[in-house]
Amino acid sequence: MSSLRLGWRKTLNAVMLTLTGVAALAVVSVLLFIFGYLLYHGGKSLNWDFFTKLPKPVGETGGGMANAIVGSLKLLLLAALMGLPVGLMAGVYLAEFGGTTFAFVIRYTTDLLNGVPSIVIGIFAYSLAVLPVKHFSALAGGVALGIMVIPVTVRSTEEFLRAVPVNLREGAMALGASKWRTIATVVLPAASGGILTGMLLALARVAGETAPLLFTAFSNRFWSPGWGQPIASLPVMIYTYAIAPYDDWHRQAWAAGLVLLALVLVANLGCRLILNRRGAIRSV
Amino acid sequence: MSTTATTTIAHAVPPEAGPRVFLRRLRNGDEVAHVLTLIFAAGILLITSLLVYELWANSHLSRAKFGWMFFWTRTWDPIFDNFGAAPFIYGTLVTSVVSLLIAVPLGLAAAIFLAELAPRRVSDALAFLIDLLAAVPSVIYGLLGIFIVVPLMRTTLGPALKGALGFLPFFSGPNYGVGFLTAGIILALMVVPFIISVSREVLLTVPREQREAALALGATRWEATWQVVVPWARSGIMGSVFLALARALGETMAVTMVIGNDPRISASLFAPGYTIAAVIANEFTEATGDLYLSALIELGLVLFLLTFILNGLARLLIAATERGGGRPA
Repeated sequence: MSSLRLGWRKTLNAVMLTLTGVAALAVVSVLLFIFGYLLYHGGKSLNWDFFTKLPKPVGETGGGMANAIVGSLKLLLLAALMGLPVGLMAGVYLAEFGGTTFAFVIRYTTDLLNGVPSIVIGIFAYSLAVLPVKHFSALAGGVALGIMVIPVTVRSTEEFLRAVPVNLREGAMALGASKWRTIATVVLPAASGGILTGMLLALARVAGETAPLLFTAFSNRFWSPGWGQPIASLPVMIYTYAIAPYDDWHRQAWAAGLVLLALVLVANLGCRLILNRRGAIRSV
Repeated sequence: MSTTATTTIAHAVPPEAGPRVFLRRLRNGDEVAHVLTLIFAAGILLITSLLVYELWANSHLSRAKFGWMFFWTRTWDPIFDNFGAAPFIYGTLVTSVVSLLIAVPLGLAAAIFLAELAPRRVSDALAFLIDLLAAVPSVIYGLLGIFIVVPLMRTTLGPALKGALGFLPFFSGPNYGVGFLTAGIILALMVVPFIISVSREVLLTVPREQREAALALGATRWEATWQVVVPWARSGIMGSVFLALARALGETMAVTMVIGNDPRISASLFAPGYTIAAVIANEFTEATGDLYLSALIELGLVLFLLTFILNGLARLLIAATERGGGRPA
């Protein structure tokens, strides 16, 4: 009787532990599958035209997404200009000047802002930058992405500043430097590698965002000079091309998907490898 | 922005400080740096409150016209300006629940493997790969959903489920390939990295003695894990599930691409449906009337409040576990 029960417990142990391993392998193989599939389908469809040509009119095959690639870069530049300084300064405040209550409030708000669905950020940017001027623009898309960059930058900046050893600060202070001089000339440079990597991660995250761009930057099948007109971006192009009924558009959607995924994963891979080596990163 | 600046300066300088004292602190620089960074930090508060305000103010028309009935009305009729959120709320909840039913067992099992069984190096390497999975843009999941999962559901998975479980109302009715179940599967893939990553970290904080005590009492490895370690980390794991739920509720692109976009409430998981995020994505640029736009923005407000509450709860739970361990709550 008791040996029967022991046998059952041992079997259960073996079965359940195996299942957990299977689950972990399954999840990891999904990643490998996604990348492999995109590499196969996207690689087949990728050609030089994709990077250099404008989209062809509906019904004609061929053409590329040069305008969307440049558009994505322009949107990222806007997002960086608007979001990164706010994130950096707020991060410095939290790490160096923050008291208890107010800093807690800021930290909590930052986390909540981080969790706001991107489509809602899109509505917000729409009411800030599209409603008043009554037309879609690259600027509005930049506002949406810029807001999304802030929370990630704040938290990573704060963490890397906190990781700077106290001795460094004390050394600077002992030489008579004021607090802000210490921060500006000693602490920030010491943490700069980590902070920059955190910023790059934040940008990589918004580079793939589609939802907030649908009704802010909108899209454009032509070049979009300046900052005040609707502009194409890679994620929005993937979306429009994927749900369209044309085979040639599907082919280009795969190509664009591969380019986008490669950009995002390379940025993530690089950043995380650097950060892991420094032994100071929280995942997600 | 300017009002924030003046009030913060008033706070930073003690009331008895005269202009000369203030000037000295200014020259010293610390006070300037403090106030300057404070302004940016307060900017985050300002942005978040402005976000809430804009959603509230711009949904005024719809709130005034439909009131609470907005949540119960099942029609969505832009032509006669009659808007109800029920099908979208239903679709959002159903797809999220389906995704959690798949992602929680899978994610928890994988997290247990990574935290309890795998050697540290293997665990770190796999966790690294899983974090990468979290970085894949959602439009890519949508792309794979349209061209892989939808055909699979139409030809293989759907008929198989129908054959085995067709007597249940959830698995009856015509199967188009697009619908609640397809969206739920895609969502599950998207949120599982979050569950694994947070649960693994929480499990790793469980004190070693807890495991050793259970093993010393003769428990098998699995019993020690399931009856001692997991209960200890319970509230943190719950936190990871809430975090995943908040993600699933707000996820837009991948769902829009595979759910079928049909504002109907159906018991069958094969039926096409609609979610809050998907209807905003699809119809926002086409919303011609003011009331139409206002109704869409009210949907955005609903989505915001849902995720706001869930995220808040999740952070509290995770913080509580990491601080003190999940003694029976």
